[in-house]
Amino acid sequence: MNKRLTARPWKNVFIGLTLLFLYLPVVVIIIFSFNTSKMNILFEGFTTKWYGLVFHNYQIMAALKNSILVGVISTALATVIGTTGAVAMSKYQFPGKKTLDKVLYIPIVIPEVVLGISLLLIYSLVGIPLSLFSLILAHVTFCIPFVVLTVRSRLVGIDQTLEEAALDLGANPWQAFSQVVLPLLLPGIISGAGFSFALSLDDVIISFFTTGPASTTFPLLVYALVKTGVTPEINAISTLLMLVIVIGIALNAIHQVRKMKQEG
Amino acid sequence: MSEHESVADPQPAVQLHKHTVHLGTRMIKWLQIFPISLWMLLLVVVPMLYVFFMSFMSRNYYGGIVYHFTLQNFAQVFAASNLQIYLHSFWIGILTTVICLLISYPFAFFIAQKGPVAKTILMALVVVPSVSNSLVRLFGWLTLLRKTGVVNTLLERLGLIHHPLTLVYNNGGIVLGMVYLLLMFMILPIFNALDRIDHNLIEAAEDLGASKFQIFKELILPLTEPGIVAGCIMVFIPSLGYFFVSDVMGGGTQNMMGNLIENQFQVSRNWPLGCAISVMLILLTILLLVIYQRRGGDMDELGGY
Repeated sequence: MNKRLTARPWKNVFIGLTLLFLYLPVVVIIIFSFNTSKMNILFEGFTTKWYGLVFHNYQIMAALKNSILVGVISTALATVIGTTGAVAMSKYQFPGKKTLDKVLYIPIVIPEVVLGISLLLIYSLVGIPLSLFSLILAHVTFCIPFVVLTVRSRLVGIDQTLEEAALDLGANPWQAFSQVVLPLLLPGIISGAGFSFALSLDDVIISFFTTGPASTTFPLLVYALVKTGVTPEINAISTLLMLVIVIGIALNAIHQVRKMKQEG
Repeated sequence: MSEHESVADPQPAVQLHKHTVHLGTRMIKWLQIFPISLWMLLLVVVPMLYVFFMSFMSRNYYGGIVYHFTLQNFAQVFAASNLQIYLHSFWIGILTTVICLLISYPFAFFIAQKGPVAKTILMALVVVPSVSNSLVRLFGWLTLLRKTGVVNTLLERLGLIHHPLTLVYNNGGIVLGMVYLLLMFMILPIFNALDRIDHNLIEAAEDLGASKFQIFKELILPLTEPGIVAGCIMVFIPSLGYFFVSDVMGGGTQNMMGNLIENQFQVSRNWPLGCAISVMLILLTILLLVIYQRRGGDMDELGGY
């Protein structure tokens, strides 16, 4: 904002303390993933054994596999459906468009527990068994609106005469879309997809109601374990997962910073 | 625009090209609209309507649903024992929202004053922990704060305390967990609102002799109000439904609205009552959103945009 209101040390202290609050439990998890003791009480010695053991823990690996599978499939479906939907809604007028626009906000604003039980009800009414399939249906449902929002915010900045120009120059509608609009939309689509994957991977509440005992996810496994005690193996695999996510976000941030520097 | 009008007038909203709308492009149009519309209809609209329907149904002794109209569930919704749970939930929710706001506003304010590179990095730092597993992070807090946790063990070994302090597994633990998980949803809209403020406005106000306090009160605060309201909605509403937070951080003894609904679908098996409570939550959400929109709030802001 204003140059004359530039940062003073205490402002940075406040920023630092808030970030400390956000990172404190994360740091605890990372530290205890290297702890020799199985009890998460005090740090007793350094080891990396949990990082090896976790890959032989059938329960954790099965839950993680389910989470990643559901995350990948849901993200792919939500990204395709959300992107085509966002493009169509910006381009065309059609009956029910205003209603669709309102409905898209429901999964964003409604408490997750309500969305979860509503899906459980409909599954039991139609006779869809609680499984990975029902879980994917649920995850796609809460991911689509976030994809639409990200893609839409990107669409606003795109000059719509570009597509028109491509069509006038003889491109067919698919060529005009895939070669002109899509490349411009890509950053929005990618962040929408990233957002979806993160949401899916971390979802507790909606998964709680829409999956069966044979298809438990990683967050639900941790939920079950938190009451009896989380093992250092969970800390280890969480640290690895965080590492992957941090790399993803860092690459994105570096890309943005570079672009800013290029643009001056 | 009413649906009737849009049927009668199939002109594209934005005239992308003036070619005649032949069968092919028409089909492409419907292929784009159909999947999202159908998905939202079958997995959002129909389920929500079914929740309303179910909230008026009865159940038999074994927890099965009997399709017989009743208002009994809503009578139970307002039973004295349940009212206490709502009050408790609202109190926790309000406390969570206020604490989030008190942290987020200065935090976003100070970051918004930084250069573009620092802004990008700091905001990325806010998002990083929030995309890792919520329950694992809550367990991180438990590791620190429970009776046999790091803090209590250290204090005891240092001889500062003789009995472990109750730092979690109470209302304080629930609020801590809620604030921790929801803080980002307050920071993002407030930061976006602050970041959008035109520098020239502030400079103009300064040139006209406004004090820093006046600039904040008369200019910055009103301009960021939609962001504040969006943040409050996106913290308060989820806090009512986050049953796993009160379950884990409150040690399962403190009942909240989310737990009450969850119970009807797990332990008690009273789906119609669970639906009736959900209907109350939906109505509350709609009420808050109507107020938000009446005051000029942008719905996209709620998704963090």
